[in-house]
This record gives sequence, structure tokens and C-alpha cells, in this order.
Amino acid sequence: MSAAQLSLRRRLRERGLDGVTLLVLPGVLFVLALFIYPFIYGLVLSFHPKQGGWLANYQKFFTEPFLYETIWLTLQIAVPATLLNTVLSVPVALRVRLMKRQKLLTTILVIPITLGTVMVADGLLTYLGPRGWLNRILLDSGITDSPVRLIHNYWGVMLSLVISGFPFTFLLTLSYVTGIDPALEQAGAMLGAKSRQRFFRILLPLLAPGLAITLALAFVQAFTVFPSAILLGAPAGPTRVISIVAYQAAFEQFDYPLASAIAMLMALIQIVIIAALLGARTLVFRGPVSTGKG
Amino acid sequence: MHRSLGEKLWSFSIWAVVVFFVLNLLAMIGSVVVDSFGTHWFNTWVPAGFTPQWYVMAWEEFQLPEILIVTAEVVGAVVLISGVIGVPTAYAMARRNFPGKQLIMLLFLLPLLVPPITYGIPMATVLYQAHLAGTIWGVILANLVPTVPFVILIMIPFVEQIDPRIEAAARVFGAGLGRLFVQVLVPLLTPGILAALLLVLVRTIAMFELTFLTSGPTSQTLVVALYYAVFAAGVRSQQSIDAMAVVYMVTTLIWLLIALQFVNPTQIVTRAKQ
Repeated sequence: MSAAQLSLRRRLRERGLDGVTLLVLPGVLFVLALFIYPFIYGLVLSFHPKQGGWLANYQKFFTEPFLYETIWLTLQIAVPATLLNTVLSVPVALRVRLMKRQKLLTTILVIPITLGTVMVADGLLTYLGPRGWLNRILLDSGITDSPVRLIHNYWGVMLSLVISGFPFTFLLTLSYVTGIDPALEQAGAMLGAKSRQRFFRILLPLLAPGLAITLALAFVQAFTVFPSAILLGAPAGPTRVISIVAYQAAFEQFDYPLASAIAMLMALIQIVIIAALLGARTLVFRGPVSTGKG
Repeated sequence: MHRSLGEKLWSFSIWAVVVFFVLNLLAMIGSVVVDSFGTHWFNTWVPAGFTPQWYVMAWEEFQLPEILIVTAEVVGAVVLISGVIGVPTAYAMARRNFPGKQLIMLLFLLPLLVPPITYGIPMATVLYQAHLAGTIWGVILANLVPTVPFVILIMIPFVEQIDPRIEAAARVFGAGLGRLFVQVLVPLLTPGILAALLLVLVRTIAMFELTFLTSGPTSQTLVVALYYAVFAAGVRSQQSIDAMAVVYMVTTLIWLLIALQFVNPTQIVTRAKQ
């Protein structure tokens, strides 16, 4: 090996590049090939429509009510579900934090996440159906005279998003809540702050960054609701969400450019909402989050 | 601590919400199990009689043996490959600082943050062009997209916990990179690898979207077969669909219980979302 090669090696090593660093390559190449490349491919493909100019797919999406209405229909499901799950999670997580034996509850709540949306859809079809236990309770207790319709409509999808979404937001919020130093709240209590004041003046500001992330993740999950919108909802009507039309364009009409355009719009909407939420986080709270000595 | 009436009411109502949620969740699972064993179930609390016949029927009609074999093959390959790619990458990410490391970290975070259906449609398009979609290898590749970064992100803190002097000692005694991995790092990292791979296993069994978009008739996993069964409800009786759902549920929950011996339930959502 020549002296020039040796010194190049040494220079590279000083910058942290050696044989060990090369081990990142399989992982990086894999993600580039199967995640980044398809995304770029999809973006380029969306500008090569089957007919018309380069923007024809996007023009089609925003002129056909059948397509552009899906954004509104999806938001109508995703926004209430996200808000409900997150708002419920905060008080529950604050209470569960004080429990000594949390593991039983967290284990039960991790079950719907693990089972996945298809299983939850099948379960709710049986449980909420006209002959299911829920309607049995409502009928036998005399609350209603006829079975309540909760499947194959908006409410079926909404309830499935709560069953699998609430455990997700709860477990995420719990992990943020347990990261807050309990001494801060005790100090507040010692100085005479009531529990409501402690929540709004101490806990909520400290929780805000975590809540913004929870809201963002819960929203993108609800926004891309797919199997339950078909199985539990009315996929031709009020629950024709954006992922359904993207799927239909690709695998029923085989119009891959249009499907790619819809997928890119889905990604764009998600990015805008996430950026807005994470941007709001810095507006709400600018102080330090950690409890290090100042 | 003295608590006012308002605080007691507030605390009570929070517990009421939790209990109500858990009861509905258990009733949802319970009604699937009860229905799968029921003969006829109309306007009563429990079915008229109990029978195992729906399991026999589901076993034959839904071709469960083939589906279970495909599921085992896909899950096995995904677990193995994501471990082989993920662990060395995590090691390099934990031990070296190099230009562009932040960017690479972002690259590994993205597949975990973007929901599968969003990137799944362009990815399935590419896999169809490469004639891989519809085959079992297309399904395996698709499922690796979130699991490889998942293993990397879980393993980085585990690697950081190991004292680098142990590796230095192994190097001094002449171990190359390969021997360092096999004889020193893998034994030390076993708890982390076990936790990561068990979570990958549970997630892959339940991964619907990516498998659905890339599978063909001979490469369906259990969760996709369950989707088609529920989708075509009316063709077959609800009881045999529920019998299949119970088979799926038992498969998933056994592995979840094993995984929970090594990880905390909260980690299932948070590890991937750091």
C-alpha cells in the first residue's frame, strides 16, 4: 500500500469513515431502493398522465367531485377521531401514571394495536351488528326499541378509529407524562397550587411538545384509514376516504399515474398538518423542557 | 392528601371512561370468540348451541394450511433479514460519527412515520414493474421497508450500552469484524436483538396494508386472507369468518405475550416513534 493511500485512509478515519462505518450501507441502500426511490418514481409518474398535459392528473383530482370530495370526507373522520383520542388520553394518562401496577392495563390496551385494523373491523361487525351484544344491551334495557345502526356507516369507522387509536395515543401520552419530573408538580402543590392550576400551569406546558407529536402521529394514522373504511363503513358514500380512491385508481382501473398523484397529495396533506402542529408547538411553549439545574 | 368532592368526581369519571373502554374492547373480542363456536345466534345473549364445526369449515374453505405456511415463511424471512441488515447498521450508527449521520437518521425515521398506505401505493407500483409483486419475495421486500429501520432504531441504544473497551480488547487479541460480531457483540446484544425481532414478528403478522398491496393469490398472509373473508361476507357464514379471526387472533396474541416478556407495552408504540 502506498503512502498516499495510507494517508487517505487516515484522513477518512479521522472524519469517522472506516470499515465499521460502511456497515450502514446495507441499511441505507435498502431504504433508498424501496422507500425513497418509489417515492420519487411515484412523483415523476404522477406528472406523466395517461392522457393530457403533465398536470392532468392533478387537474382531474381537483375538478372531479368524486375525487376531491374525498379530502373533506377523510378530514371529517380523521380530525374528530384524532382530537377525541388525544383529549381523552391526557387525563387518563395523568391518572394511570400514579398507579403502581400499570402493566395489566397497558397490556390490555396494546391488544387492539397488535391485532390491527382488519381484526378490529371484524370484531366490531360482530359486536356492533344488529344482533350483537351492544344492541342486545340497548334493546333489553329498553334504551332503544329497534337496533341502533352502527356498522356500514360513518360511526362504524369512527368507532374503529377510537378502538385502535385511543390505546395508541394513550400509550404515547403515558410515555411523555412519565418523563415529567414529579418533583415539579410537588413543588407546585407545596406552593399552594390546586390540581387544576398544576395541570394548566405546570403539566400542560411541559407536555405540549409531546402532545404535538402525539396529535401529528394520531392524525396521519387516522387520515390513512383504509381497511375499516371499506369493511365497517360505506365505501361508496360517507366513508369514501382518500386511500380508497388511491387504491381503486391503482388496482381496479390500473391508472398508476393517477394513483401516484393521489398518493402524493395524501403525503402533502400529511406533511402540511404535521408541519403546522410542530410549528404550533414552538409558538405555544418556548422555555426549556428538561429539569436540569439552571 | 385531602381531596375535594370535585376531584373525587373527576377521578371517578376518568376511571369510568377506562372501564367502559376496556369492557367494550373485551366484549368485541369475546363476541368473535363466542360466535365462532355458536350453532345459531339470533335474538339471544349466547348462541343456541356450541360446535367446533366452523373451525373445520374455515380450515378447508379458506385454505388455512397454505395461508399459515405462507405467513410463517414471510414472517420468518422478514425477521431474519431485518435482523441481518438492521443490527450491523445500528452498530455503525451507534459507534461512529460521520458527516451526514443526521440525514441518514432521518432516512431511517421516515418509513416509520409515513403511514404504509401512503408509500405502499408507489412502492407496489415499482414492485409490479420489477415483476416482484404478487410473489412471496415482493411481500417480503415490502414488509422489510418499515422493519429494517425499526430494528436499527431499537438496537442503537442497546449498542450504546456496551462498553467500547470490550470491543477494543477483542480487537487487540486479533478478532476481525466478523469474529467481533459473532463472538462478542451478538452474545452481548441478545436481549436487544430478541426484543427487536419479536416486535418485528408481531408487527409483520399484523401488517395488512403492505402485504395487501403486494400479494397475489399464492402469497396471501393470514391478515390479508381475513380481510378478503370479511370483505366477501355473505358468501360464507359469519361464524366461519369469526373462526378464522380467532385463529389469527391466537397466532398474534401468543407472540405478543412472548414479546411482552422482553419489552414494556408502552415501548411497542414509543420505540418506533422517538
